[in-house]
Amino acid sequence: MTIPSYLDLRSKTRARDRSLRDKVMSLEEAAALVADGDSLAIGGCTASRTPMAMIWALIRAGRRDLEVSRSIVSTEGDLLYASGVSRHIITSWFSQGIVWGVSKVMRAYTETKRARFEEWSHMAMGLRYRAGAMGVPFMPMRSMLGSGVLDRAEGAKTMECPFTGETLLLVPALNPEVAIIHVQRCDAYGNARIDGLTFMDIDMAMAANKVILTTERIVSNEQIRRHPDQTKIGFFTVDAVVEVPFGSAPHECYGLYEPFYSHMDLYAQMTSKDPDAGAQAYLDRFYHGPKNWADYLSRIGMAELLDAQRRGSGIYDD
Amino acid sequence: MTTERARVSLSVAPVYTGSELLAVMSARLLKDGQTVFAGVGIPLLAAILAQKTHAPGLTILFEGGVIGPFVEAGKLPPSTNEQRCSRRANMLVSITEVLLLLQRGYVDVGFMGGAQIDRFGNLNSSFIGDAENPKIRLPGTGGGNDIASLADMIVAMKHEKRRFVEKVDFITSPGFLDGGDTRAQAGLPAGGMFRVVTDLGILGFEAESRAMTVLALHPGVSADDIKANTGFDLPVPDDVEVTQAPTMDELAILRELDPERLYTA
Repeated sequence: MTIPSYLDLRSKTRARDRSLRDKVMSLEEAAALVADGDSLAIGGCTASRTPMAMIWALIRAGRRDLEVSRSIVSTEGDLLYASGVSRHIITSWFSQGIVWGVSKVMRAYTETKRARFEEWSHMAMGLRYRAGAMGVPFMPMRSMLGSGVLDRAEGAKTMECPFTGETLLLVPALNPEVAIIHVQRCDAYGNARIDGLTFMDIDMAMAANKVILTTERIVSNEQIRRHPDQTKIGFFTVDAVVEVPFGSAPHECYGLYEPFYSHMDLYAQMTSKDPDAGAQAYLDRFYHGPKNWADYLSRIGMAELLDAQRRGSGIYDD
Repeated sequence: MTTERARVSLSVAPVYTGSELLAVMSARLLKDGQTVFAGVGIPLLAAILAQKTHAPGLTILFEGGVIGPFVEAGKLPPSTNEQRCSRRANMLVSITEVLLLLQRGYVDVGFMGGAQIDRFGNLNSSFIGDAENPKIRLPGTGGGNDIASLADMIVAMKHEKRRFVEKVDFITSPGFLDGGDTRAQAGLPAGGMFRVVTDLGILGFEAESRAMTVLALHPGVSADDIKANTGFDLPVPDDVEVTQAPTMDELAILRELDPERLYTA
């Protein structure tokens, strides 16, 4: 792995239009901002605030060979492998979720070497994005040392601390070409508020050369300006805003909907016996088949959607 | 399994599953006032059980970025990253910040499950078989490596010969590496394995060699049982303690927490 030169990183930022301007577009238009072979960071974690609609659009657009990174990867990783959108995923943990066991699709692709799962510790992933966000080439840390994870982590180095003489691990910066992040609300310029868990999204937005936000709804800039302390991702880092209700389905979006558990069970069932055929059947039915995002949600089903919404918004009920 | 035997021979005592036994025995190791970094599954259940019994002042941390939550009965999260984890939390932070609390030294106990463990408490959750050509690609470390590198560890897992091996196929989360002071030499001066809780007993690590040893056996489990289910030579002292079986109260709390038996089946 190579760390991009600092001046290149800065010049890419300089070249962007960082002005306070309307960036609202469609999923299809936003997908065109991602090129084959790009490095792509995915916001959220496991089955939470996954920018599923953007992933759905990238799969439908037939993007190829993206180098994907995320804190923890769930079903979306399976689908990125199975669609050919990515053959290389960098993360700390990869499976649908503890209750569903080890992902059969991830196993099928990695064990036959059709795809690569590059493993780093969770904190290493976080500090790699943070280094990227800070404009420094690495961050020092005190885990992964002595482990097999370190032996296989491409680009990690140990050093003797010049102050204390201790052994420290240095993890290289991640500056993804594009970050895709789903939020509960933002304005047309990309000022985003995030409810609940922010995961690694704020560092990720700062680290990336381009940010695509999908949002449950677009609010006015006036509303953002009334509480600027609540803005978690600033407009100057954002290149595209796409309004997509239920944009994380069947994963959760804090305070709005929980994971669509029956649908997650259906996915596990479809991919358990024959992971390859199962994943393709799932892609056909839910990714390539639907006319649009609303049709995708219809195929998942109104009952599931209402149930997930009832459970999700329930946290504000007491 | 020995748990089955416990069920049969102690017919007056409460009936419980292996997972419930793990959760109860692990919960008892947690002390009031501690800060515990817990994984999902048995560690989560055990931490909540401790909170609801002898350790009301236990602070739970989840790697999703949650500090001091009180997870609701019947609404267990599918991972440590969904909103159910954040229920009645004191503070939500980013993943990176909550993991940095480990590095800063705010965490007393790291608590997680294990797929494969060896004599020196090294854990594998990455590969079964050779890492280059694995028989099974497992999900990986998540926060496991960070927790095991930076906190005193309790691991809860099933006691089976294939899981308790001489040397793990791959060190995902470090225990005492090759024993002795090799952990500190690798750059990990803090933390390390404290206890391994299984459905057969409670294990610790010798002070010098750092090799696994038996501290206590669960009711109905013999020294031969635990040796037969371990893939390396595991010393059992003659005067080994016997744990007290889970009580009706402890089991009732667990069953209320996990009515669908997501984690305790």
